[in-house]
Amino acid sequence: MENILHIIPEIFIFCSALILLILGLFIKNIKLINNLAILSLLIAVALVINQPYQSIYLNSYVIDEFSSLFKIMIFIGSIVTLVMFVSSREDLHINLYEFPILILFSTLGMMVMVSANDLLAMFIGLELQSLSLYVLAALNRNSLLSSEAGIKYFILGALSSGLLLFGISYIYGFSGNTNFNLIAVNYNSESLGLLIGIVFVLAGLAFKVSAVPFHMWTPDVYQGAPTPITAFFALAPKIAAMGILVRFLFNSFGELYLDWQQIIFFISIASMMLAAFAAIAQTNIKRLMAYSSIGHIGYALIGVACVSSEGLRSLLIYLMIYLVMNVSVFTAILSLKRNDAYFENISDLSGMYKNHPFTAILVALMMFSLAGIPPLAGFFGKFYIFVAALESNMVFLAVVGIIASVISAFYYLRIVKIMYFDEPKEEFDGLNIRSLQVLFYPSSFLVILFFIYPAPIIQLSEYAIKSFY
Amino acid sequence: MNELPILSILILLPIVGIFFMTLIRNNNDQSSNNLKHTALWISFLNFLISLYLLFAFNQQDAGFQFEERYFWIENGISYHLGVDGISILFILLTTMLVPICILASYDSIKFSVKEYLIAFLALETFMIGVFCSLDLVLFYLFFEGGLIPMFLIIGIWGGERRVYSTFKFFLYTLAGSVFMLLAIIYIFITAGTTDVSYLLDYNFTRNEQIVLWLAFFASFMVKIPMWPFHTWLPDAHVEAPTAGSVILAGVLLKMAGYGFIRFSIGFFPEASELFAPLIFTLSIVAIIVTSLIALVQEDMKKLIAYSSVAHMGFVTLGIFTFTVQGIEGSIIQMISHGIVSAALFLCVGVVYDRLHTREISRYGGLVSKMPMYAFTFMIFILASLGLPGTSGFVGEFLVLLSIFSINTYFAVFATTGVVLAATYSLWLYRRMIFGALIKDDLSEMLDLTRREIIIFFPLITLTIFIGIYPKPVIDIIEPSAKKIVNQVNGKLN
Repeated sequence: MENILHIIPEIFIFCSALILLILGLFIKNIKLINNLAILSLLIAVALVINQPYQSIYLNSYVIDEFSSLFKIMIFIGSIVTLVMFVSSREDLHINLYEFPILILFSTLGMMVMVSANDLLAMFIGLELQSLSLYVLAALNRNSLLSSEAGIKYFILGALSSGLLLFGISYIYGFSGNTNFNLIAVNYNSESLGLLIGIVFVLAGLAFKVSAVPFHMWTPDVYQGAPTPITAFFALAPKIAAMGILVRFLFNSFGELYLDWQQIIFFISIASMMLAAFAAIAQTNIKRLMAYSSIGHIGYALIGVACVSSEGLRSLLIYLMIYLVMNVSVFTAILSLKRNDAYFENISDLSGMYKNHPFTAILVALMMFSLAGIPPLAGFFGKFYIFVAALESNMVFLAVVGIIASVISAFYYLRIVKIMYFDEPKEEFDGLNIRSLQVLFYPSSFLVILFFIYPAPIIQLSEYAIKSFY
Repeated sequence: MNELPILSILILLPIVGIFFMTLIRNNNDQSSNNLKHTALWISFLNFLISLYLLFAFNQQDAGFQFEERYFWIENGISYHLGVDGISILFILLTTMLVPICILASYDSIKFSVKEYLIAFLALETFMIGVFCSLDLVLFYLFFEGGLIPMFLIIGIWGGERRVYSTFKFFLYTLAGSVFMLLAIIYIFITAGTTDVSYLLDYNFTRNEQIVLWLAFFASFMVKIPMWPFHTWLPDAHVEAPTAGSVILAGVLLKMAGYGFIRFSIGFFPEASELFAPLIFTLSIVAIIVTSLIALVQEDMKKLIAYSSVAHMGFVTLGIFTFTVQGIEGSIIQMISHGIVSAALFLCVGVVYDRLHTREISRYGGLVSKMPMYAFTFMIFILASLGLPGTSGFVGEFLVLLSIFSINTYFAVFATTGVVLAATYSLWLYRRMIFGALIKDDLSEMLDLTRREIIIFFPLITLTIFIGIYPKPVIDIIEPSAKKIVNQVNGKLN
């Protein structure tokens, strides 16, 4: 029996979720519960940082640089969501103490995901986070859109879990193992069954990262879910699913990469191109961000498709920058409030720079950054992705990537255009809530000033891929 | 390396200015005047610093001076700055034009003054950065970063069709530049570094050169702009506010010419030699076609914009002759065009501020009401058509001289451009300034104000000075131009 203390951060999150669940029954102060949840996430960050790197429980669970970095990114996503929740819970009609608890459970599921080194551990983690997310998407019961989002996400999510399980059973059947490393040793590289298994597992995971052609749920769920939950969708689960995708492919099928590389290649191109065109016609800013996130996942997948240390490094750089940019953008979306009502139409931003000059310039710069215009952080993300692509001789992928980035520049510029070139509308409440300011300004300045000294992020991601290369 | 990091100071000073300006409230006339003065003095200070740079510059040294190099992203991509005889004049051009632009916008910008000035100072940082950076990634950063403030300047303070124009400007230039980004990444992977001074001695294989050259060409041909990708320029010029046009014509187009000299022929001499006939053909088509288009324009700014394309045709002709005269000629042509076309746009701005139209047919006979304006406008029109004794002549003459030594036919066709330039420029002048003053609203036109005289004075002085005595300018350029030509010829043989 191995020591249970190896997974102390997971246990800590689990226990605090349960304690808060009980506390919630007696304490009607939702803000307190939320703050306690934030506190426990912060403690978990410290616990993760101090964890020794090892692989435990018959090598089915791995704690290494890679998983720790992903866990910290997930914690940041969860904390941001909870902070957003505080400021908007009443106006969005989601003033329920279950919210922080569900976020904690979902976070726990993601922690298990990124550390999983076994098909079953992966599935358990994935389901734990998905089940919490189904509920979260439908949390605003009185809103038709929110319920629709929840149902849609649930049905499609269940389907994708089915595909994933189906794939897992194939892989188990044809290799005799569920452990990633053992699969890598025992598979028969000529068996078609294994390939079918990979395809189905990839389909399930592509659904979670919302890559084309498994992206259909994203715009509807993004639009329907209350904004803090949309932010959570954009921040945490995608990053976690990307982590498990990498570990699954590289640990168990690293040698077989010629087979799955084409799949990633295709979904990457499809995601970038579809997102670039589909986003142009959007009128709702959350829908637009949904397509934008599909496109960004397409870029991140280039890093996976390269199957090289540069590729993984660029993937991590990209995800970190993506996380920070999205924190800023979603906080800004949450500040579009007037008379206790939230606005989500892009046309509502019209002339925003007259009333909110400082917020507007930062949002505009975020848009330029999402479009990958230097000197903002988004450019460096794309730069490293293309470095990796050219280094692996994937010139076609890089060329499609830059073409898609020019096309997508159009819809990002459209937001800037509406904010700056159109006639101003009534004033918004703006970023007058301290908790939103705390999120918005640091994340924006991080993106804008990233170019001054980008070396630490690059070194950090080089450090985090040590267990693969 | 023991002295002041003067290039970094040049780059950072406008940022410091921006920081101060964000602290100034903008709620009444007094504070908006304060903002204007702050921006003006910051940019003027930057001009003084760049003058110091010119005096400290060692003219005998052909290599890079005032070099600064710090660890930036990772090994191979560093923060590396430096100037040589080719880039230093562009820095001066930039630092000179920015205060003039700010001064020119004192009355014409009515709203969001603070944002406008911040955008201009940010643009100055990016422009100076382009000419100083000796690292390709850093260069790309500044080259593309300048799009953001320019996008806003055209889009917010522009004319009626500003949205269309600014999107066209942004997307055209972005689409061209991303190929250069891929090329830079390829260079980084094969050569292991993006340091310019290292890459100038690096030998790419012939096939690599061809592909990389085309990628750089895609970016620079859109930016400079060469026919047939010039259509964004007239649109952008027409809709941009006066100062925006000035900077666009005065500096932004020169970034591409500078890029051709520094990177295209510096890194890829074989490919440049291979594609030189293509460049000559496109340049001559540009010179003749855009001059003819300029003849039929109804809009003053559009006319000058098309003439810019024709003038930049001479620049590309000169660069790809690979002769010292050709390169010197192109640089002087760029500097001269930077001064003259900037001044011409300012001249348009002067009458536009008074009558709010740029239609040529609305004017006529201005000489009787605005004699000083007529004189100023005449000098720049003559400089634009390359009259001996003005700066326009020196550049064009050197370029034509060098192209004659390469190929007579090209030279003959290029020379027709000079005749056409005279036609459209003088015709513009005649329609606006001469003739009888019959239109009623023109009778109230006032001559140049003191502020406008201050704006035009340095430009006139420089135009005539370079035209009569170009030696100091040539002395600065010559060692570096010789070095480049020797390097290219050395690699080709």
